[in-house]
Amino acid sequence: MTATTASPEQQEQGWRSGPRAAIQARTLRKDRWWAEPTITGVVLVSFIAYSTWAAFKNADYYAHPYLSPFYSPCLATICESARAGSQVVHAPTVGLFGPWWVISPAIIVLIVPLGFRMSCYYYRKAYYRALWQSPPACAVAEPHKRYRGESRFPLILHNAHRYFFYLGLLFNGILTWDAIEGFHFSNGWGMGFGSLMLTVNAILLWTYSLSCHSCRHIVGGRLKHFSRHPLRFKAWGFVSKLNAHHMRFAWVSLIFVALTDLYVRLVASGWVHDPRFF
Amino acid sequence: MSYDLKLRIWRGDANGGQLRDYVVQAEEGQVVLDAVHRTQATQANDLAVRWNCKAGKCGSCSAEVNGMPRLMCMTRLSTFEPGETITITPLRTFPVIRDLVTDVSFNYERARQVPPFTPTAKQPKAPFTMFQADVERSQEFRKCIECWLCQNTCHVVRDHEENKAAFAGPRFFIRYAELDMHPNDALDRKDYVQDEQGLGYCNITKCCTEVCPEHIKITDNAIIPMKERVADVKYDPLVRFLGRRSRRNGPESLKDWAPGAHHHA
Repeated sequence: MTATTASPEQQEQGWRSGPRAAIQARTLRKDRWWAEPTITGVVLVSFIAYSTWAAFKNADYYAHPYLSPFYSPCLATICESARAGSQVVHAPTVGLFGPWWVISPAIIVLIVPLGFRMSCYYYRKAYYRALWQSPPACAVAEPHKRYRGESRFPLILHNAHRYFFYLGLLFNGILTWDAIEGFHFSNGWGMGFGSLMLTVNAILLWTYSLSCHSCRHIVGGRLKHFSRHPLRFKAWGFVSKLNAHHMRFAWVSLIFVALTDLYVRLVASGWVHDPRFF
Repeated sequence: MSYDLKLRIWRGDANGGQLRDYVVQAEEGQVVLDAVHRTQATQANDLAVRWNCKAGKCGSCSAEVNGMPRLMCMTRLSTFEPGETITITPLRTFPVIRDLVTDVSFNYERARQVPPFTPTAKQPKAPFTMFQADVERSQEFRKCIECWLCQNTCHVVRDHEENKAAFAGPRFFIRYAELDMHPNDALDRKDYVQDEQGLGYCNITKCCTEVCPEHIKITDNAIIPMKERVADVKYDPLVRFLGRRSRRNGPESLKDWAPGAHHHA
């Protein structure tokens, strides 16, 4: 190895180190480079705050036939007597977790969407820049003295992203079922505003999942010979087109899943009357 | 129409330096490199600047313009506000030689460490007959002009000099991706690129892609696919269990290979 190795003093100084041009400013950029990480950080923190509050609320997550995406699938029997405003309702449940599970059932399942988004190649960029400032923007020095990136624990765990993708597909299937059930009222099939919310939410989650970089790799990216696998090549081409919009799908689906939860919450608590179209 | 342009250019060498102000005449339609040349011709004959083609294809005139890594020959003066002072500094990641010229030999050392294209004995001799579908991924990477803007911008080495010993940088990750995606290449470099060339240091914050003058989607099309390929062979027990490691034609062994022992492909 012949690459330059810095002395400890140089390492302390980071970007000002060694035989580089002596420029002391952290950056010479004059544009509003701070705007993007600031906006990203505000939206991310707002979502984290809202979803944490909603997940721990353990109430107002079911208004027949609408189930909040934060609480689906409900794996605890506690959902059989879910609080909705001043009432107690029977939310659909699989009941893997018995009466001993007394805290919010959302905690059981949120690990999947949380892990999927935390290890997502787009969100990694977003929060590394906005929250960890590593770097805050291009050609703007980061504040950290040491950096090892994703080469060791814990960030090396991001390599498990594909497993969260697989689980995410399962959840998308469940949320699609929830969306279909959202048209199934006690007096028969119909459509309310909540039915549309759940449907759009499921579609957006599918677009986010199918545009994922791991999905792109799995459907065909790992191949060396596209010409020998024409179907997978076509699938790869389709996912590649979606993948170009992954950031957009990531934001839209993130915001919409929170809005869907909020809508179900408002209907369940009695603050909003769900308009029925038929 | 000519006008007075305010420039602030870093002057100095490894022993120190400073930003110096110049006012030069500029013409409509000119680029930053024109203004630097005018400064050199009229006010600072000893100003060191590396340039060659003035067409965005040789990758020589890389510098930082108002703090952003750019090719000076591809940065139009009309993109700045009238009356704005334009600050031009050398690449900050590499040792400065003088003024706007830096020593970019780190990159050539890393280039020598890339195990070259290696067809198996079973493969027909080049030129290979290949389908367009098989080569078009790699063709994007062949657009690279080696201007080193991505290497310079990457915070892994820009902000941490000590990481140069462990990190090859985005330009070489697209080279590793190109070889790994090549249908007739038999050498498996995935462990090597992760363990010896520091692929894991990349946290995919995409600055390499943002500054690439050839608009190569470095992160989405090279680095992330390489990370996924590395995950296949190093971190995914399911893929390993199913034996899906893409070594059907190999692997040729890397253990006897030493940097510089082969000609760069």
